[in-house]
Amino acid sequence: MAEIPEHLLKRAQEARQRSQAQKGGDTTATGDGAPTGGDTTASGDITASEPAAAKPANAGAASSAQAASSGASKIPQHLLDRAKSARQQAATGAGAGAQSASAAGASVTDTAVATATASAPAPVQPEHTGPGGGTQRLLTVVKSGSIQDVKATPTDKVHVWPHLLVVEFVAALLVTAFTLIFSIFVNAPLLELANVNETPNPSKAPWYFMGLQELLTMFHPMVAGVTIPGMGLFLLMLAPYMDRNPSKKPEDRKFAISLMTVHLMFWAILVMIGSFFRGPGFNFVFPWEAGLFFEL
Amino acid sequence: MPKQPKPPASERLKQSMSSAMGDMQGSQAWTSIFRPGSIFRKGYSDSPRNRSYVIMNSVLYHLHPVKVKRHAVKVSYTLCLGGLSFFLFILLTVTGIFLMFFYRPTAAQAWDDIYNLQASVTFGLLVRNMHRWAAHLMVIAVFLHMARVFYHGAYKPPREFNWVIGVILLTLTLLLSFTGYLLPWDQLALWAVTVGTNMMGFTPVFGDQVRFVLLGSVEISTDTLLRWYVLHVLLLPFVIVIFMAIHFWRVRKDGGISGPL
Repeated sequence: MAEIPEHLLKRAQEARQRSQAQKGGDTTATGDGAPTGGDTTASGDITASEPAAAKPANAGAASSAQAASSGASKIPQHLLDRAKSARQQAATGAGAGAQSASAAGASVTDTAVATATASAPAPVQPEHTGPGGGTQRLLTVVKSGSIQDVKATPTDKVHVWPHLLVVEFVAALLVTAFTLIFSIFVNAPLLELANVNETPNPSKAPWYFMGLQELLTMFHPMVAGVTIPGMGLFLLMLAPYMDRNPSKKPEDRKFAISLMTVHLMFWAILVMIGSFFRGPGFNFVFPWEAGLFFEL
Repeated sequence: MPKQPKPPASERLKQSMSSAMGDMQGSQAWTSIFRPGSIFRKGYSDSPRNRSYVIMNSVLYHLHPVKVKRHAVKVSYTLCLGGLSFFLFILLTVTGIFLMFFYRPTAAQAWDDIYNLQASVTFGLLVRNMHRWAAHLMVIAVFLHMARVFYHGAYKPPREFNWVIGVILLTLTLLLSFTGYLLPWDQLALWAVTVGTNMMGFTPVFGDQVRFVLLGSVEISTDTLLRWYVLHVLLLPFVIVIFMAIHFWRVRKDGGISGPL
């Protein structure tokens, strides 16, 4: 069963207390009107049908006051008329009805799902009334949001076709054109046949490994060739698990961004030194003096 | 009865062309090939429904969702780097298949095959150049894609695992490029690979074994060439396609691309 809203429980509690108190001092008085009157006002805004349901029990006691108060709530006129006729029919059994009405009223507000059996069993069932003679019943109180719960906030979306596919198509076309035109003018290197007995000087790895080869001049091969790149890749994979900062805003990520930039610059500089500034014997040279020792 | 003036020839040609086109597009064969919503179908109109069908009913496009966040199509955010990495992979596959027709991975024939490809095969030189430059471009594109993703913080939850996949893809890209480096079997290839594999030989404990597995012998030889050829054209592409599939799938499962910042 659905959770009952806090404010309804509170209201029901108040109503019950009030009716208890009034019942205590009411035994000699008009018996029927007072308890249910308190009940009606208490449950008045749970649903508009509630006062109408409780009304027949009031019988003739305070019908003019009832009409005034129900005029304030927004009950359709034809329902009021129907309730009025039911009230007249039930007038005979009013004394017995008071007891059941107050009990029912309390239980209605308590469980929030119930029928308000309003008046006592009338000798003649009026037309268009429920089994207890009541004209309207409270079926259920539905907590707002329990049926239509909007979880996702709507986002501004566009169709992939044409908006994204056009961008992708143009990008692919540009890259193809660039590769094609570049390939027409620049040939891929093909040096002389491989010869194990003739070591070119210098011998260089592909450019993306030049950083590692550059590290070889400073560290033991095991450190430069295995440990550093291995650790680097491992740390790179762990980056999302080490970076606990939830923000994606650059101003909140100064440390992460600086670290990555320093890291990228470190490798970029090593690659450039290795590629362009290393000559015969892998000695440091300036490319504008000694020439370029670099093949892609 | 006044004689109706004949429309000019160009007008008549246009009319008969359009009616022939309509007949073809209305034929059973045509409608069986192009699924509903295809822009090649008869009477295609631009509607939200058809825009969705274009994506859903295409084997290639349905890698994409039907709709994406508006900011996701901004070129200034992604710079298309991820998509271009994938596109370069396709370009490399196409040009690589062409090269495979003319290449035998043995020490005696490899260099001659490349030389003949450049000298006497139509477009041979051009396609080899494209393969080479696209390979370098792909390494750069994947690197830049990684940097872009890092600077946008796009690896943060829920996308942590896709970052890990991405690092694996970067490694595989480097390995693909490196294995291809040896295949021309010229001095550049031989000695670049010698430098690279010597480094891996310094792996602690089983360095010699690692080197032997990589080279297929104790020195770079024709065995190495065959081994790296199979790695380059079959094994590594196979593995990278699997990881790419996971990568793309996770992009969608993690709620599309990240951002806006």
